[in-house]
Amino acid sequence: MKNKFYLLFISVVVLIGFFILGSEKFHRSEMRRLDFLSHEKAELFVRPYSPIKGETDAKIFVTEFLDPECESCRAIYPFVKKILEDYRGKIKLVVRYVPFHKNSKFAIKVLEASREQGKYWETLEVLFRFQPNWANHHNPQPELIWEYLPSAGIDVEKIKKDMNANNFETIIEQDMADAKVLGVRGTPTFFVNGKPLEKFGVEALKEAIEREIKIHDL
Amino acid sequence: MQGSDLRTKKEQLLLFLSWFVAAMATGGSLFFSEVMGFPPCILCWYQRICMYPMVLILGAAFLNEDRAYFRYSFPLIITGLIIAIYHNLLYYNLIPESSAPCREGISCTTVFFEWLGILTIPLLSLIAFGILSILLIYLRKNYNEK
Repeated sequence: MKNKFYLLFISVVVLIGFFILGSEKFHRSEMRRLDFLSHEKAELFVRPYSPIKGETDAKIFVTEFLDPECESCRAIYPFVKKILEDYRGKIKLVVRYVPFHKNSKFAIKVLEASREQGKYWETLEVLFRFQPNWANHHNPQPELIWEYLPSAGIDVEKIKKDMNANNFETIIEQDMADAKVLGVRGTPTFFVNGKPLEKFGVEALKEAIEREIKIHDL
Repeated sequence: MQGSDLRTKKEQLLLFLSWFVAAMATGGSLFFSEVMGFPPCILCWYQRICMYPMVLILGAAFLNEDRAYFRYSFPLIITGLIIAIYHNLLYYNLIPESSAPCREGISCTTVFFEWLGILTIPLLSLIAFGILSILLIYLRKNYNEK
């Protein structure tokens, strides 16, 4: 009985040991792969069509994979906005899409169409602010978006025309394909100059930005 | 210690092996979801429900002298095996997904992982449940109480 107990105990320890070693190894190889991609395939993080907020020549680019219908994206947005203000001139935000919800694609098309009116960030904020209404889990009503947009001075009729006239599907598909290559499996996912955050959260995002500031001596 | 072990060496070894298979399957599935970040689909969850308790049941069975473990482990293993077979049939397109219970969330047929070109996650699960069924049935036939 005693010997059997030790055998089982040692096996468990060995298995857990392999598990931890394996995760370390996997983590390191992922980091190397992303590091390689950020140098050799920067377009995975920023496509020419991607909306960018901040100075164009800012040295630090934060790529955020988001979904206008995602609650965590909504929750973190005020912090992201504050970070953009705090590091003004040094940092720019690149928005990429991963539609993980039912009406995400619809909302993304509205958002993209608003660029024609120069109201992209205003629209994003309206979508986030009223998200609990139009993206309610029990009763999603995406058509409510039309009622909220005028508050930001947006021409709804023009949006309705533009969102289907343009081929926003291609943009969404490209973003999703890039997200897959970069191992994005949830929203929001941040990359700071192509480097993933060590863990999820506002603090980790700030730390990553501070690290880049040191590296680039800003 | 109360008396000597009723079990033969071979029986002990096979029981330990069964526990090891369950532990590997559990650890492996946790590695896929927690380390590699693959979200488990609904069928994977049902198979996990059948596999994870096996680590504890077979571990306890290995430590104890009784042979009742078959009664408790067999229902789980057979349920898991049936789900694994169904999952593989879906995965390899032998039955259409439209008849599958995977509409919300992660599709049960998304290929996340392929090892050496053939070893996929559902196949690994099927192999684990298969080995466990064979081992347990063998143990039952040769060593169980009459």
